[in-house]
Amino acid sequence: MYKYDTYDQQMVDTRVAEFRDQTRRRLSGELSEDQFKPLRLMNGLYLQLHAYMLRVAVPYGTLNGEQMRMLARIADKYDRGYGHFTTRQNIQYNWIKLEDAPDILADLATVEMHAIQTSGNCIRNISSDHFAGAAADEVTDPRPYAELLRQWSSFHPEFSYLPRKFKIAVIASDTDRAAMRLHDIGIQIVTNDAGELGCAFYIGGGMGRTPMVAPLIRDFVPLDEMVTYCEAALRVYNRHGRRDNKYKARIKILVHEMGKDEYARQVEEEFAHLKGEGIEPPLAELDRIREYFADPAFKSDLPDDIDRSDPDFALWADRNTVAHKAPGYVAAVISLKPVGGIPGDASTAQMQVMADLATRYSFDECRVTHTQNIVLPHVEKGQLYELFKELDAAGLATPNLDQIGDIIACPGLDYCSLANARSIPLAQKIATRFAENGKGDTLGELKLKISGCINACGHHHAGHIGILGVDRKGTENYQLLLGGSEAADTSLAKITGPGFDEDGIVDAIETTTDVYLAQREDGERFLDTYRRIGMTPFKEALYG
Amino acid sequence: MKILTGNDLKTGDVVWWDGADWVRDVNASVDVGDRADEIAAREEAARRVNVPYAIDAERTDDGIRPAHIKDRVRALGPTVRMDLTRRPDDANAADWVV
Repeated sequence: MYKYDTYDQQMVDTRVAEFRDQTRRRLSGELSEDQFKPLRLMNGLYLQLHAYMLRVAVPYGTLNGEQMRMLARIADKYDRGYGHFTTRQNIQYNWIKLEDAPDILADLATVEMHAIQTSGNCIRNISSDHFAGAAADEVTDPRPYAELLRQWSSFHPEFSYLPRKFKIAVIASDTDRAAMRLHDIGIQIVTNDAGELGCAFYIGGGMGRTPMVAPLIRDFVPLDEMVTYCEAALRVYNRHGRRDNKYKARIKILVHEMGKDEYARQVEEEFAHLKGEGIEPPLAELDRIREYFADPAFKSDLPDDIDRSDPDFALWADRNTVAHKAPGYVAAVISLKPVGGIPGDASTAQMQVMADLATRYSFDECRVTHTQNIVLPHVEKGQLYELFKELDAAGLATPNLDQIGDIIACPGLDYCSLANARSIPLAQKIATRFAENGKGDTLGELKLKISGCINACGHHHAGHIGILGVDRKGTENYQLLLGGSEAADTSLAKITGPGFDEDGIVDAIETTTDVYLAQREDGERFLDTYRRIGMTPFKEALYG
Repeated sequence: MKILTGNDLKTGDVVWWDGADWVRDVNASVDVGDRADEIAAREEAARRVNVPYAIDAERTDDGIRPAHIKDRVRALGPTVRMDLTRRPDDANAADWVV
């Protein structure tokens, strides 16, 4: 894992001191709310429905045990005993007191964490593949590149007031586990014909009210020009992005309206100019960062078999573990989606357990996934049963990875001031319905995603089945969408037709999956069947 | 009726104007009529409340009910964590929101 150097630590400590003074001035009345609001947002502090909410950055989703323990401590000391892991690989606390916020940031700084750039029209936390460094199919670990971009983008003076917020994802395999093409910039580390590593740039993707899949803008940028190309891409956006209309201010609108070819041409022009400016950090710096992400000391000659005599364990192992690049190891996914629970929530005790398990079973490392689960990336197969028993005792062994119960849900109207409808109760009802009727086990991979408003924090556009909550004359109403994907076969879901009320949408989900069960052919996932038969059979079943 | 709500500056708690102070219980709200802007400006200037705003509500047999679901969620708390709401012992409290 990356370790802060003197500059990193000083930057974060200085920001804590600055925010402590700003908070003092707000509480004493020297600053009005209008003056203070942009300052607190720069430090991830929102005012939500019930209280202040603090969003803490987890760079590329990677945490060590000490950091996870600190997240637990903050939940216990300053919040109400839990935190919410988000689709941005971050964590949010829902019940923060303004007067405590500087102390929380100071505590975070002691474990090299912060909440900087988790809000505002700047470059947000860089996201990545939650199996980075463990996946058998990656060409390299993408996190050193994400870390380099984190350093480049932190407090970048030119990009602190962009037309709108800006999200970057970095992956290094053809299997996209980070919704890469639904980011403002998606970078895939690839190899060219000469075997050299470089970056493919996909620019102009996103969800929200105008979902778009990012087009490929350049298929290969040498590694020692990655930062310069990013700078060029951002500079063209910063110059031409619309500041007159926040709903048209994201880069996806610019690329769409300008045309990807013209956008690419302007980026190339800027790129050529910037290459003469010498802004690219030397490869030695990338090498320095890369050393922090060296493989842990994997043991050799480990047994490759798993004792499957406990059927509960066997089911969990089948569903919640993923192949690892090192023989004898797996990556284990801890589901934060117990049946009837709140997707992404973890209690103080659960965070402490996950921290300890990361330390003991996974080289002191864990990951936050954009699907609101936690990964222990490097677990010996021989220790997997022990791990399972400890997870089970903590209520963390739900065997539902990528099943219908593994639902992404934004906080929705239960917590969020932007939401139009509640998301979490739907997730709870759907997961419970499919657990109780037994159909959940028959469906295979089915990614269901729920957003409580058009901002799409619940990624409903990318769900095999998506649900969008809307306000219909003061009551909650839910639109149903089918056919989305955030994987390598990225696609945007389409609305089926008129929306449903809270109970109606749960029934509609069951109707939809019944169509799939009746129509599927051997080996087909829900998404495959939908793509083969189209929307019509589903609409007929839903609306008659 | 028109009632005033906002958040406590220090704690962020949801608060309601009872005619003399800001309190946690929506049922203590008073009808501010056409004085909402005046009260809100005065109280915010005194830092007794943060981001106050007026909403429509009605007085019912079950207490004061904000017109919009978002303010009913604010008045009660998250319907998915009843233990953290204003009515933790009322199993049906979430029904009041919808």
